[in-house]
Amino acid sequence: MSEHHAKPTGITRWLFTTNHKDIGTLYLWFAFIMFFIGGGMAMVIRAELLQPGMQVVDPLFFNTMTTMHGLIMVFGAVMPAMVGFANWMIPMMIGAPDMALPRMNNWSFWILPFAGTMLISTLFMEGGGPAFGWTFYAPLSTTFAPQSTDFFIFAVHLLGFSSIMGAINIIATILNMRAPGMTLMKMPLFVWTWLITAFLLIAVMPVLAGAVTMMLTDRNFGTSFFDAAGGGDPVLFQHVFWFFGHPEVYIMILPAFGIVSHIIPTFARKKLFGYASMVYAVAAIAFLSFIVWAHHMFTVGMPVAGELYFTYATIMIAVPTAVKVFNWTATMWRGSMTFETPMLWAVAFVFLFTIGGFTGLMLGMAPADFQYHDTYFVVAHFHYVLVTGAVFGIIAGAYFWLPKWTGHMYDEKLGKMHFWLSVISVNILFFPQHFLGLAGMPRRIPDYAVQFAEFNFMSSIGGFAFGLSQLLFLYVVIKCIRGGEKATDEVWDNPDGLEWTTPSPAPYHTFETAPEIK
Amino acid sequence: MQSQQQNIANRRLLPRLLLVVVAMFGFGFALAPLYEAFCSAFGINGRFIAIQEGNYDVAARLVQISQVDESRSVTVQFTASRNQNIDWEFRPMENSVSVHPGEIRVVTYYAKNMTDRTVVAQAVPSIVPGQAVKYFNKIECFCFTQQTFKPGESREMPLRFVIDPHLPGKISTLTLAYTLFDTQNRQAVNEKRDVSLVSLAVRSVVPNVPQPY
Repeated sequence: MSEHHAKPTGITRWLFTTNHKDIGTLYLWFAFIMFFIGGGMAMVIRAELLQPGMQVVDPLFFNTMTTMHGLIMVFGAVMPAMVGFANWMIPMMIGAPDMALPRMNNWSFWILPFAGTMLISTLFMEGGGPAFGWTFYAPLSTTFAPQSTDFFIFAVHLLGFSSIMGAINIIATILNMRAPGMTLMKMPLFVWTWLITAFLLIAVMPVLAGAVTMMLTDRNFGTSFFDAAGGGDPVLFQHVFWFFGHPEVYIMILPAFGIVSHIIPTFARKKLFGYASMVYAVAAIAFLSFIVWAHHMFTVGMPVAGELYFTYATIMIAVPTAVKVFNWTATMWRGSMTFETPMLWAVAFVFLFTIGGFTGLMLGMAPADFQYHDTYFVVAHFHYVLVTGAVFGIIAGAYFWLPKWTGHMYDEKLGKMHFWLSVISVNILFFPQHFLGLAGMPRRIPDYAVQFAEFNFMSSIGGFAFGLSQLLFLYVVIKCIRGGEKATDEVWDNPDGLEWTTPSPAPYHTFETAPEIK
Repeated sequence: MQSQQQNIANRRLLPRLLLVVVAMFGFGFALAPLYEAFCSAFGINGRFIAIQEGNYDVAARLVQISQVDESRSVTVQFTASRNQNIDWEFRPMENSVSVHPGEIRVVTYYAKNMTDRTVVAQAVPSIVPGQAVKYFNKIECFCFTQQTFKPGESREMPLRFVIDPHLPGKISTLTLAYTLFDTQNRQAVNEKRDVSLVSLAVRSVVPNVPQPY
């Protein structure tokens, strides 16, 4: 049955690969590069906001930077990084030899560099890149947008194709490729969170594709979906966008929940507390994500009944999320905890993500949201859930599985240094933004009243420090790939999961014969 | 390597998942008519279905509004704006009036065609707050029909209205906003651009012409 091809070398190995580990590596490197490009844009933003007044860039370019930073971090960094983890780990966690549809897997990765290039190329076009915010609200993105917007639209289409193919592959792999005896409720939590995430992806990425297609026809073919002059409505755009956008934020965070649910039990040396409730909580969060979208648009002029419904539904999400946070805490309770680098990131994730969750509750209440809407409070909120949430989850996972991927231990001392630099600077970066927002500083502005100067200065200093700290991460990863202390097969102290039964580094082909699941 | 059963299972699953993708793509577009239907059904976003469908009998309604409620008065503010495709002067003659519910009032809007060609214009009203839409009855309005103006022509156009005394007590101010569109300019643009099949297919779902109501 099993036939072995000669492993191609050089560039063709990567271009034509159908191996889930190669593709996982490609995804992770792509995400890493995008993380630095998007991060560079964040540095431009923070440099301009270091002091009141205009110093570094002109306002249009500033708007382009906030827009591209958001788009690149969401679609270029966080999502591909999560898919990279899925490619590497899901087959190894469920005892499968590879992904279910390996050729499609190759394609879904190789679309990404083209989509990313197309998106970034808009910066060099006449009229500049997209400057209407990552949410690309009409009519800013239709009537008043630069010519390059059509390239942005096709880049989003391509990114959508890539995500949808990746999601289909993951669903097929999880449903059909599990080793005999691995029932659904025996699956590791990372696999569970990704199964649910993949369903979210195939449900909402096509809606995003629809939204940008409507933009495209409004811009070029005389339709009026979002144009009041032709009987359309710009508010419709916000509904369509957020029907995609709210599940999208869970697409970014759910796999991080999964990663943390592996790390905390390993370093607490206990089984994960409340496995079944964790699974149900993720499913509940995913379901609720479809029926709360209008809490992003409380101020469009909704009837009171709508405001109340979306408030209640939104606050309800706190229940399953709290179940997860309490379960992680209960897992640590009376565990024999040690604080290796992945555990530090995971504990910081639980603590800081919860802060972002709490500010989410504040924003979820319609009357309070009228005060916070479109201020830096919102910026602080979603950076707490996405940077100290999703990105910390990704970094935690990278440290956790790097020894399995490379066969070497990373430099523990540098890893811890990376953690402490990041966790301190990220709070200096984002915590003051809460105060700025409460004091009324609007988001997406290049200049501000002098009353906001001190907190913006603090925030920018934190931002530069956080950005520089990530270069240390790059160094640690490269150093780990090139050498280091030999990792054992188990790597950690008696970790749970099939991936730790394979040698380190994981051989090119694993589980060609399915393992026994007890 | 995949086993035979896994291969078959994958092949069976793939079209089902693709079906979900296609269905959700369609759902994205379906949100446009759904949004219209939802707003009309609940009378929100300034839409009131009976008026839009032409089933709203103003005369019958006026019989019901027989007495004037002199115990309260409502401020009605008027605004006017032009769509970007029309070079006209367009403004209300009075910025606001105070009326009792049940009282019939006439106000006028002034419009002037600043171009050197005949223009057919359509005014589209919008009322804030949205809940007040169904209590604001227009007996006569220049927005009921398209208005043809010769080059340089100007005139005052009347609006005769009455506010239903059932207007919720918490509403004390209404704003009536008119936006003026050049119907031909819009069509000309469309005729020139409507060459793509995509555009025709999409436009069959979503009507492009402003609906007076």
